[in-house]
Amino acid sequence: MKKKNIASKIYVALLMLFLYMPIAVLIFFSFNDGKTTVWKGFTLKWYVELFNDNAIMQSLYNTLIIAVLASVFATVLGTMAAIGISNFKGFKRTAIQNASNIPIINPEIVTGVSLMLMFTLLGVAFNFEMGFWTVLLAHISFCTPYVILSVMPRIRRMDSHIYEAALDLGCNQWQAFTKVVIHEIMPGIISGFLLSFTYSLDDFVITYFTRGSKFQTLPIQIYTMTHKRISPKINALSALLFVTILVIMIAINIKDRKSAKAKGLE
Amino acid sequence: MKSRKPSIPYLIWMVIFTLIPLVTIVIYAFTDKQGNFSFEPFKNAFFYSNVFFRSLWIAFLSCLICILLAYPMAYIMSRCKERTQNLFVMLITIPMWMNFLLRIYAWVILLQNNGPIDMALSLLGINANLMGNAGTVVLGMVYEFLPFMILPIYTVMSKIDNNLIEAAQDLGSNSVQIFKKVIFPLSVPGIISGITMVFVPAASTFLVAQYLGGTEDIMIGDIIDKIFWTDQNTGSAISLILMVAILILLIIMNIFGDEEAIS
Amino acid sequence: MKKFISIILALALCTACASLFTGCGSSYEGEINVYNWGEYISNGEEGSIDVISEFEKRFNIKVNYTNYETNEEMYNILKNSNSSYDVIIPSDYMISKLIEEDMLAEINFENIPNFDTNIMERFKTPEYDEGSKHSVPYSWGVVAMVYNKTMIPEKPKGWSALWNEEYKGNILMFNNSRDAMAIAMQMCGIDPSIVTKEDIDKATEKLKELKPLLKGWVMDKVFTEMESDQSAIAPYYAGDIFTMLNNNENLDYVLPEEGSNLFVDAMCIPKDSKNKELAEKFINFMLEPEIAAANAEYIGYSTPNTEAYELLDEEYRNSDLISPPDEYLDKCYTFYNLPDDIYSYMQEQFVKAQS
Repeated sequence: MKKKNIASKIYVALLMLFLYMPIAVLIFFSFNDGKTTVWKGFTLKWYVELFNDNAIMQSLYNTLIIAVLASVFATVLGTMAAIGISNFKGFKRTAIQNASNIPIINPEIVTGVSLMLMFTLLGVAFNFEMGFWTVLLAHISFCTPYVILSVMPRIRRMDSHIYEAALDLGCNQWQAFTKVVIHEIMPGIISGFLLSFTYSLDDFVITYFTRGSKFQTLPIQIYTMTHKRISPKINALSALLFVTILVIMIAINIKDRKSAKAKGLE
Repeated sequence: MKSRKPSIPYLIWMVIFTLIPLVTIVIYAFTDKQGNFSFEPFKNAFFYSNVFFRSLWIAFLSCLICILLAYPMAYIMSRCKERTQNLFVMLITIPMWMNFLLRIYAWVILLQNNGPIDMALSLLGINANLMGNAGTVVLGMVYEFLPFMILPIYTVMSKIDNNLIEAAQDLGSNSVQIFKKVIFPLSVPGIISGITMVFVPAASTFLVAQYLGGTEDIMIGDIIDKIFWTDQNTGSAISLILMVAILILLIIMNIFGDEEAIS
Repeated sequence: MKKFISIILALALCTACASLFTGCGSSYEGEINVYNWGEYISNGEEGSIDVISEFEKRFNIKVNYTNYETNEEMYNILKNSNSSYDVIIPSDYMISKLIEEDMLAEINFENIPNFDTNIMERFKTPEYDEGSKHSVPYSWGVVAMVYNKTMIPEKPKGWSALWNEEYKGNILMFNNSRDAMAIAMQMCGIDPSIVTKEDIDKATEKLKELKPLLKGWVMDKVFTEMESDQSAIAPYYAGDIFTMLNNNENLDYVLPEEGSNLFVDAMCIPKDSKNKELAEKFINFMLEPEIAAANAEYIGYSTPNTEAYELLDEEYRNSDLISPPDEYLDKCYTFYNLPDDIYSYMQEQFVKAQS
C-alpha cells in the first residue's frame, strides 16, 4: 500500500511539473536582460515597456469591453431563451436545442470562417467594415449557447408550483418572474455569465476571422507578438496574466471554502 | 412562465448568426468563382486529403496520450480528501486559463535551439533538433488539451459511491477486479466527454503545427486559414467536409457511449 | 445575488480603469488610417524619431496605424473587408494592380511639395505607375540571402544553397507566393517578371522539392529565427538582412549570382479614403529629410529621397546591401502586374505547395 502511495505521489508531481514548467520558464525569462534564452542578468525593463505599449493597452481595453458587453447580452438573451425553450415539447424542442448547440460542437474555425463569409457579404451589401461590432456579434453568438446550457437544468429542476404560489399570493406575472423565478435559477445564470465572460476573454479563433483588420483584442495582440520578431515583452505579459489568473482562482477558492464552512455551521 | 415568447429573440438571433452563416458555407462550397453551381471546390478540396487525414491522425494520437496521462491523475484525485481534491481541480484549471498561444509559445522557448532543454542535452553531449516534427506537435496538443481530459474523467470518478466499492470488496473482489468491474465501467462517460472535448479542437486547430511543427506537419486548420484569403469556395468545401466528419464522429461516439452505459 | 453584483461591479471597475489608460486627452482635429508593412516605420526605439507620434503632435491628427505582412494580405483586406484606409504602402506590382482595378486615388501633388525637391530623378518615372499620378516612392531594395556562418562555413553563391540537403531542417523560405515562386522560377531558368501557368506549375514542383528541407515558411519571423541562431539560411529583403547582421555577428549576406528581385514600395491613397487631404499631409511629412532619413535608418532599406540619403551614416551609404553595385542591379528584375486568373492561380498553387 505504501509503495503505491509513493508511486502516485511521484506521478502527480511529474504531471504538475509538465503543466507548470513551461509557464515557469516563460515567466523566468521575462526578467532576462537579453532578448534570447541566454541569461544576461535581472531586469524589469520589459514590464516597463509593456505598460508603455499603447497597442497592448488598447487591446486589453478592447478585450474587456467586448467580454463585458458580450457576456451581459448573452446572459440576458440566453436566460430568456432557456425559459422559452423549456416550454417547447417533443421534436421541436430537440431541434431547437440541437441547433443552439451548433456553436459548441462545431469546430471553432468553421464557426469563424462562416461568420466571416457572412459579414463580408453583408459588408459589401450595406457598406460596413468588420471590426468592433462584428466581433461583438460573433462573441454573443458563441456565448449564448453556454448560458442556455447552464440555465436550462435549473429551470427543469425548478418547482413550477412556486411560481403559481407567488401569483396566488398577489404578485403580478412580472413580479412573480423577477422575485421568484429569477431567484430560483440564479446560480445557473451566474455560471452562464462567468462561462461567457471567460470564453469571450480568451477567444482567439473566432475573433481572428471576424475582426477585420484594425480591431485588436489581447489574444490577437499576442498572436501578432508571437508571430513577428519576438520581444520578451510577451513574457512579461504572460507573467502578469498568470498572476491575475492565480489571484482570481485563489480568491474564488477561499470564498467557496468560507461559504461551505458557513453552510456546515448552520 | 408557460410562454414560449421569451425565446423568440434568441431564435431569430440563432437563425441569423448560426444557421445563415452555415448555409453560406454550403452555398460557397457548391459554387465556382463566378457563382455557378459546381463540384469544383470539392475537387480542389480533395487535393488536401493527405493533410486532412494527417490532422485526424495527430488529433487521435494526442487524444490517446491525453487519456493515458489523465486517467491515473483523475483516479488519484478522486481518492483524495475533499480539500485536496479542490486544490487539484484548481491547479489543473489554472493553465487552462492562460491564452493558448502563450502556452504553445512557452514550448517554443523550451525546445528551440539554445533553449533550456537543448542546452541541458548538449551538456550531456546530445545534439538534436528538438523542434519541427510531428512529435512536438502532438506534445503541444497534449499540453494544450490535457486539462480538458482530466476534469471530465475526474468528475465522473468522484461521483462513484464508495459504498459500491466496499460492497464489491465485501463480495470478495480484489482491487484489479474492482477496477475492471466497477470503476472503469462507471468512468466511461467521463472518457467519452473528454474525447469530444479534446478531439474536436485538436483536429481543427490551427497555428499549433505552424509554431511547433515542421513544414511537413501542417494541419487542416492551417490550410483553411491560408486558403480562405484566396479561394473562399475551396475553403468552404474543406470546412464543410471537416464539419460533417466531426459530426459523424460525435454521433458514433454518442451511440458508443450509450451502449457502454447500458451494458 | 450579492456575489453576482459584486462581480459585475468589479468588472465595470476594471473597464473604467482600462479606459483611463487609453481614453484621456483625445481631442484630435482629424484622424487617418495608415496601413503599412510590419516594422516599416521609425518607432522611437533607441533614440530614433517616433515618426507617428511626431506627426500626431505636430498636426494634431490621430494616426490609426496597422500592419500587414504581405502585399496579398493588404490587397485582400482592402478588397474584402470594406475597411477604409487613407495611406497604404504597397510594392510596385501591387500598385499597378490597384491602379488597373481603379482602387487608388490620384494624388494632388500640390499638397506634396517635398516630392519635387527631395525624390531622386530615377524614381520620378516609375514603370508601375505611368505618369506617376498615384504613388510616392517610400523605399526600395533587392532580395538577398542571409546565412549563419557557424552553420554554413563557406559563403554560398546562389539560390541553389536553399535546396541543399546538408542544411535540411534549417532553411527558411518566404511565406508569400510572389517572392517564393520567383526564386523557384529562377532555379528553373524562368524569368519571373511576367509568368504563365506552366511557369507556375514548374515553380510549384520546385517548391514541393524544397518543402521537406524547410524549417518553415516565414515573413517577419525570419528576424527572430536568424538573429537567435535558430536557422541556417534564408532569402529576405536586403534592408532587413542589414538589420539582422547588426544584431548577430554570426550572420553574413549573399547577393545571389543569378540576380534577384528589385522592388520599390510607394505610398498611395486608396480611392475610398475619407481624408485625402490629411493623407497627402502625411505623405508630404514622410518626405521631409529628417523623417525620411530616420525611417531609412530604422528600416535599413534604400531610400529614394536625395536629401535623406545625404543625412545617412556612412555605414549605410557604403553597404552593398543598401546600395548594391550597378552591375548587380543590371541582373535584377522587377515584378509586373499579373492578370487576375494567373495571380489567383499562383496563390492557390502556393497553398498546394505548402500542404
